Amino acid sequence: MGRYSPITTSDQELMLAKLGLSSIDDLYKQVSKDLLIDGLDIPSGKSEMEVRQIMTDLAAKNKVYRSIFRGAGAYNHYIPALVKQIVSKEEFLTTYTPYQAEISQGVLQSIFEYQTMICQLTGMEIANASIYDGATAAAEAVNMTMTRKQNKILISETVHPMTIETIQTYANSVNNEVIIVPQKDGVTDVEKLAAMLEDDVACFVLQQPNYFGQIEEAEKIGALLKENKQKFIMSINPVAGVKLKTPFECQADIATGEGQPLGLDLAFGGPYLGFLAASKEFLHKIPGRIVGETEDTEGKRGYVLTLQAREQHIRRERASSNICSNQAHCALTASVYMTVMGPEGLKDVARQCYSKTHYLADALTQIPTIELKYPGEFFHEFVTTSTKPAIDILEKLDEENILGGYPLNETDILWCATEMNSKEDIDRLASIVKEVM
Amino acid sequence: MKLIFEKSKHGIKNDMLPPLDVPEVELPTMLQRKQALNLPEVAQPDITRHYSALAKRTHGANDGFYPLGSCTMKYNPKLNDEMASLPNFTKIHPLQPVETVQGALEVFALAEKYLCEITGMDKMTFQPAAGAHGELTGLMIIKAYHTAKKDFKRNKIIVPDSAHGTNPASASMVGYKTVNVPSDENGCVDPEELRKVVGDDTAGIMLTNPNTLGKYEENISEVTKIVHDAGGLNYYDGANLNAVMGVVRPGDMGFDVIHLNLHKTFSTPHGGGGPGSGPIGVKNILEPFLPNDHPVQETSGKFNLMKPEQSIGRVKGFYGHFLVDVRALTYILYLGAEGIPHAAKTAVLNANYLMEGLKEFYKVGYPGICMHEFVLSLKDIKKETGVTALDVAKMILDYDMYPPTMYFPTIVPEALMIEPTETESKETLDEVIRIYGEIHETIYSDPEKVKSAPHRMVVKRLDEVKAARQPKLAYQFD
Repeated sequence: MGRYSPITTSDQELMLAKLGLSSIDDLYKQVSKDLLIDGLDIPSGKSEMEVRQIMTDLAAKNKVYRSIFRGAGAYNHYIPALVKQIVSKEEFLTTYTPYQAEISQGVLQSIFEYQTMICQLTGMEIANASIYDGATAAAEAVNMTMTRKQNKILISETVHPMTIETIQTYANSVNNEVIIVPQKDGVTDVEKLAAMLEDDVACFVLQQPNYFGQIEEAEKIGALLKENKQKFIMSINPVAGVKLKTPFECQADIATGEGQPLGLDLAFGGPYLGFLAASKEFLHKIPGRIVGETEDTEGKRGYVLTLQAREQHIRRERASSNICSNQAHCALTASVYMTVMGPEGLKDVARQCYSKTHYLADALTQIPTIELKYPGEFFHEFVTTSTKPAIDILEKLDEENILGGYPLNETDILWCATEMNSKEDIDRLASIVKEVM
Repeated sequence: MKLIFEKSKHGIKNDMLPPLDVPEVELPTMLQRKQALNLPEVAQPDITRHYSALAKRTHGANDGFYPLGSCTMKYNPKLNDEMASLPNFTKIHPLQPVETVQGALEVFALAEKYLCEITGMDKMTFQPAAGAHGELTGLMIIKAYHTAKKDFKRNKIIVPDSAHGTNPASASMVGYKTVNVPSDENGCVDPEELRKVVGDDTAGIMLTNPNTLGKYEENISEVTKIVHDAGGLNYYDGANLNAVMGVVRPGDMGFDVIHLNLHKTFSTPHGGGGPGSGPIGVKNILEPFLPNDHPVQETSGKFNLMKPEQSIGRVKGFYGHFLVDVRALTYILYLGAEGIPHAAKTAVLNANYLMEGLKEFYKVGYPGICMHEFVLSLKDIKKETGVTALDVAKMILDYDMYPPTMYFPTIVPEALMIEPTETESKETLDEVIRIYGEIHETIYSDPEKVKSAPHRMVVKRLDEVKAARQPKLAYQFD
């Protein structure tokens, strides 16, 4: 049996004697007898060696592709060796929410640095210490904008379907209405949006680049919302965000996004990292932990969890959110990643993603039966449509150990290229697809 | 200590990527950002030193005693982390064809099977990201259940006055009103008080058992029956499951929906505040409402993702904190049928032993046998010396130990809530008793020393009021 308890049998006897008890089961005297169970129907404990084998065998049932051309919310990027080494430090792994500031200055400073980096990335004034993921960050952002008179939520049809569904689930539970703003040519139909901005609309949620990889007219949309005094929530991809106009430049009130591209593994969907930044106006509405700078009794700089009057453990049913645990370790990973890459390194990642995706699009559309679905600008994803079933293309690629784009329906595929895809890989992919055609 | 931004020097770059091997395409200027991107430019050797310095200024459960009540800061076997680092777990895309992720889906299915057995529930979803997110999901399921029965009147959630703050906060997020029910003189739910507040507007009750005072709710079957009889559902907040796993099951106590905090009870590291994992277990009557993308095994043996017929929808992207769940499964396989109850019993033994030792110096909030944690009240000490629970917590820091949870539960004045866990040795507990005794002596011999603590940390006591009044939430570049 696997055990690592430091309490020996004789320790146990000594401790029970001190408590005046004869058996460890006496500790459960208050539990009524009919509720006590007689053993668990799960396997017996095992040695570390045996457990390692079981888990390794389970892992072996998954397929790891040699090259990946799929994004759709989870992106394959290079993770420098230093990132994993640093975040594996026991102190970072085994500490908890830094309630006691003086003994937690390291983790608090790392969160303060993370908040600063998210402000830099989004251009916004304040950021929190993280939310569960990109979809929940958007749902929390929506909640920040709700008022008694304005409680309708507009979301573009071009937002990631999982983000839309998450916002809908959150909204359904309090009977807030979610209205989808239709797309035109793969981007938000701005004219329709303008017509839908009725007085009871609280906010509009846009994703940049959008689910189809297309670059939205975010500046124009931001101006439109500002004019109507309605809140603009922009969910951005952090890698594209290094190059594209920032949420601040687009007059967004709240910026959110999925931080997974910043040094986190694909990991079958989690844990990832939701980031959330906003204008100062939302200081007391922003959900979750926030770290602030202060001084000690001798005037020395230090960091503490702050503005806690917003939070569930103080305000209970009147809290701005129920969030307690967040993604601190993932936020640390993202900070270390951004530090190791530096501003120029990150711009290079963005430049390579952009260039390679355009090279991939050119290569694919040279095949006569494949064309781009949408006419506009795209960043590191795009949709193709073809006369051949998507499944035929993807199955052939699978045989060649390539995870192709994500099939949106029978004929359309959402492709993605990153710095991880070499020219040789892209050429090879194109020739395989050509063969299928 | 300098911030990473203050160590930045223009022009430093760590080469990571090969040169671009396709023709460069320029993003149209009109789409480009103009705002500066002030990220640090620091070389690798200085980055490692920066984070090593931050690590040294951080106290983890592996650095020393960490009795943070309700947080279960137990030792996390290193095997858990190694298994969560296997490339065939870390390098799989969440939208790969299901045939290529059968191992990952089996991880969810196995964890569901074992955790349902441990908790006495029928089905479990791993989509919720953390405990509070589990609460939210569980309450959405309760609401969907009543709505499906066209029972629209039920808009109240009952919570005891000792409940975690997340309980009422979660209730508000689904539009439920919170009704507080007072604890009895033993710190437990008083069935008579409960009877007074239940009715045809009761959606359900949220309870931890053992509760936040570390007390086992002796009348639990009666409590859950009162709620059921009124037409409500019983929600179990699994934050304190560590005391009873393998001994008694929430499902048998009458709970309909529960959440677990895998990062607490099932030993996946807390990571400075997360990621957690907050799976929801339900009885069969609630299965149709579970979130979508539920991993199931088909009769052919193949694993797939399915959407329950009346699903509340999706509560986050993809399927949950997969790598956290890998760690929890590793832990369960390691401890197994005998190790799980052994861990619970040892946690309870350690808590009682420590409480017995500390009783000599500090008043116990609710005396008598406790479960995995207990609460001290420093009300009398404050009255006699002016020293508060906060002061004592800060004094504990000087002994390189993490203090207990402070000022919670709120029904105990000047509370210190202590949860030692099963992974502390008798020697450590004896040393803690000695140190807490020494601090008690200092409180009376030199109260000013305690009021001005800590003295040996990298900073003296920090000004939290200033932080909130003049918020500085990011580094300001020149």
